[in-house]
Amino acid sequence: MRLAAFTLIAAAALLRAADGPGTVPAGSASNKPDQERVETPPPPFTDGIFPCSNCHATQPVNRTRRELKDMHTDIDLRHDETHRWCLDCHDATNRDFLHLASGERIPFEESYLLCGQCHGEKLRDWRAGVHGRRTGNWNGTKSYLLCAHCHNPHQPRFHALAPKPAPRPPARPSR
Amino acid sequence: MENDAKHNSENLSRRGFAAAAAGAATWILTSCGPKRLYEVPKDRLRTKISELEQRYQQRYHEHINVADTQPMAGVEYAYALDLSRCIGCRRCVYACVAENNQSRDPQIQWIRVLSMEKEKGVDLAHADPYYNPPEVPEEGHFYMPVQCQHCENPPCTKVCPTAATWKERDGIVVIDYDWCIGCRYCMAACPYGARHFNWAEPEIPTAEINPNTHYLGNRPRTKGVVEKCTFCIQRTRTGRYPACEEVCPVGARKFGNLLDAGSEIRYIIEHKRVFVLKEDLNTVPRFFYFYAT
Amino acid sequence: MPLDTSVDTIRLFSGFTRGSLRLMLRGNRAYWTWLAVLGALILSGILAYVDQVRTGLALTAMRDQVSWGFYIGNFTFLVGVAAAAVVLVIPAYIYNWKPIREIVIYGELLAISAILMCLMFVMVDIGRPDRFWHLIPGIGYLNFPRSVLAWDVLVLNIYFVVNFVVATHILYRAFHGRHYIKRLVVPLVLFSIPMAVGIHTVTAFLYNGLAARPYWNSSILAPQFLASAFCSGPAILLVVMQLLRRFTRFEIQDQAIWKIAELMAYAMFLNLFLHGAEAFKEFYSSTEHLLYTRYWYLGLGGHHTLVPYAWSAVALNILAFAIFIVPAVRRNWIALNIGCLATYAGVYIEKGMGLIIPGLTPDTLGEIYEYYPTVTELRVAAGIFAVGFLVFTLMLKVAVPISLGEFLGRENEHRLETVPVPAAAGD
Repeated sequence: MRLAAFTLIAAAALLRAADGPGTVPAGSASNKPDQERVETPPPPFTDGIFPCSNCHATQPVNRTRRELKDMHTDIDLRHDETHRWCLDCHDATNRDFLHLASGERIPFEESYLLCGQCHGEKLRDWRAGVHGRRTGNWNGTKSYLLCAHCHNPHQPRFHALAPKPAPRPPARPSR
Repeated sequence: MENDAKHNSENLSRRGFAAAAAGAATWILTSCGPKRLYEVPKDRLRTKISELEQRYQQRYHEHINVADTQPMAGVEYAYALDLSRCIGCRRCVYACVAENNQSRDPQIQWIRVLSMEKEKGVDLAHADPYYNPPEVPEEGHFYMPVQCQHCENPPCTKVCPTAATWKERDGIVVIDYDWCIGCRYCMAACPYGARHFNWAEPEIPTAEINPNTHYLGNRPRTKGVVEKCTFCIQRTRTGRYPACEEVCPVGARKFGNLLDAGSEIRYIIEHKRVFVLKEDLNTVPRFFYFYAT
Repeated sequence: MPLDTSVDTIRLFSGFTRGSLRLMLRGNRAYWTWLAVLGALILSGILAYVDQVRTGLALTAMRDQVSWGFYIGNFTFLVGVAAAAVVLVIPAYIYNWKPIREIVIYGELLAISAILMCLMFVMVDIGRPDRFWHLIPGIGYLNFPRSVLAWDVLVLNIYFVVNFVVATHILYRAFHGRHYIKRLVVPLVLFSIPMAVGIHTVTAFLYNGLAARPYWNSSILAPQFLASAFCSGPAILLVVMQLLRRFTRFEIQDQAIWKIAELMAYAMFLNLFLHGAEAFKEFYSSTEHLLYTRYWYLGLGGHHTLVPYAWSAVALNILAFAIFIVPAVRRNWIALNIGCLATYAGVYIEKGMGLIIPGLTPDTLGEIYEYYPTVTELRVAAGIFAVGFLVFTLMLKVAVPISLGEFLGRENEHRLETVPVPAAAGD
């Protein structure tokens, strides 16, 4: 049993993630039926951790809520952790998938559907291009990022950043 | 009779001379005299632009491409900025500086990010552009980046005594840096502090020059002229997003075609709480601030 | 025949020019010292300006936050001085009021020098003076009628030309012992009255029309400009009149001087009243626009550089009003001159820096950058004032003897008989 480890990559890394983007046609976002799949760059897995079944396929499923001691110790769940645990989102029978509340299995590429179950308003805005960043062409091919590219699913609150230098205040000539 | 004929021919030649002189004067005024670039006929514009490119080549020892991409039909640009998302990290400021060849010293920055107190709301009198904490966002603060608002009713263009600045068909307010005399009346007229003056010769490290330029946008400027945000005219007129939009780590910046009902900009205006800065001045900005949540 | 007349005109005019030059080169030690001082100031101004052109306006204290400063402040003040010639012109020509009439020419000369300084102050303020020709219709493009600055360029130049033509014509005719041509002068003078009001109104509108700057965006600005101009212009003239009276044979009646002082009292009252009205509106309604007025009178957020100037201006203006409004006081020569100086200084402060700086501070995004001029700006400005004083001095040097009839183009006297005098000449 294994959890796919997501890592929040800060601003600079996000830029790189945008280099291999999936695409949507111009101006069509708001016309799209809600369930239509959106092209996105690959999910931001920690190197070598996917597919999860590499390890989990041979391990018995342990459904008890517990503190992880051997693997995934880096994960500190801060996402409504009192009500939630790994298997609420990760599929127990096929670890290479997530699952919705209905039990429907979804690939990591469509994780936004999972997020959207609670954050429906955000999903709607994201589809319209209002939530999250778009790059590319305003009137052509543009790329989205997955929710997980910016928000660590285990700790979704956006991290603080160091600001770039403040402007220099106006100064009188030295002479 | 003879006298009359002589008189007539003299008259004719005099008239001919007058016509020739008038013609010559017109030619000098219309073709020789350097006019505002946007009045220059298409064919001569290209010549003028290659002259520009040669000048830049000499100055920066690098080929700088100066495009003259025209506005697209059926397009009017607009910008929206999500105040509930912006964390004041100033990534946009520096992406803009790099993209648009802004002077590093003296420092010119087309985007100014204001830190404001949540308790006071949008209150320019208490805004701070010089905030510099180790990390943003700061507790109890929100951030408001301000740049050219590309007003529908721009107070800056009408005051220009030489008409060196104007609004293009696609809504971008531009400046002809070769026609501006540097009187700075537009700076006094702009309610958003969007216009910046080259108080000294602008300095950009040669290695950091962006060689993809537009003649109304990010081509290198000289001292003594005014400059400002052009919605990255060199990018947006070829369909790309502006540099500040693409760099924003929180996706607070939105850009698109106001006339396209399916654009994200229209979605925001129609579905979100939107406001413009200093609405009472009736400048009708094409730059909207909104709260996504 | 027409050819003959024009040749005569050229000869007569070159006689006038040569005569004028001769007058300018004649003077006592004080005159030459004065010219030397002005010359030194001009030289220093030119050197500072060359430096400024080479480095850029970075040598001034102006920045994006406060994008206009000392230069434009002086420009505004001097437009007022130029406009004030009208105070003398109105009674002289419309009411034919004799005592003022004889000194009206000096008002016009003052206007010429003031406009000259105005144009120079604009020139040194622009970032690309080499592109000045972009403003000239035909070879350049003047954004008329949309830009108020285009209007200002036009009216200032027209006003300059009108005053120059009238003054030159009157002196030229007097030089040749003849009266000016009424048919030419009277319409031009009548035209220059609305022009004088016009240059100052347009200059006020230059600021007034900017909704971005609430301190200027008040309809009281233009009337207040005119009121203060009618104080500052005559204040300079009154001093000049007394100097002329003392050092030349020029006779100016006391009555004329007192009359002008009385007019100044009314103008100053109006000026103070309008300032008071504006201050009341700002402080009582206490909107966010109060910031600028507050910065000027009280300071803002620990920035108090301008506050002493603001209150000095108020005090000086009130003092001047008190002196000029009481007949017995304004007839005392010492009091009168103190009143003139107070007016000049008061209006200079409130109309120069007091208008421009609070208009731009805090800037449109709320930032406070405390502007005060640099040495470069002071030197350039002093140079321009020196040019103005030089031009005024040289013109006086010509005008005084000519209007006193001390200096005539004698070499032309015998020709005068043969030249047909236009019918309208003389009265």
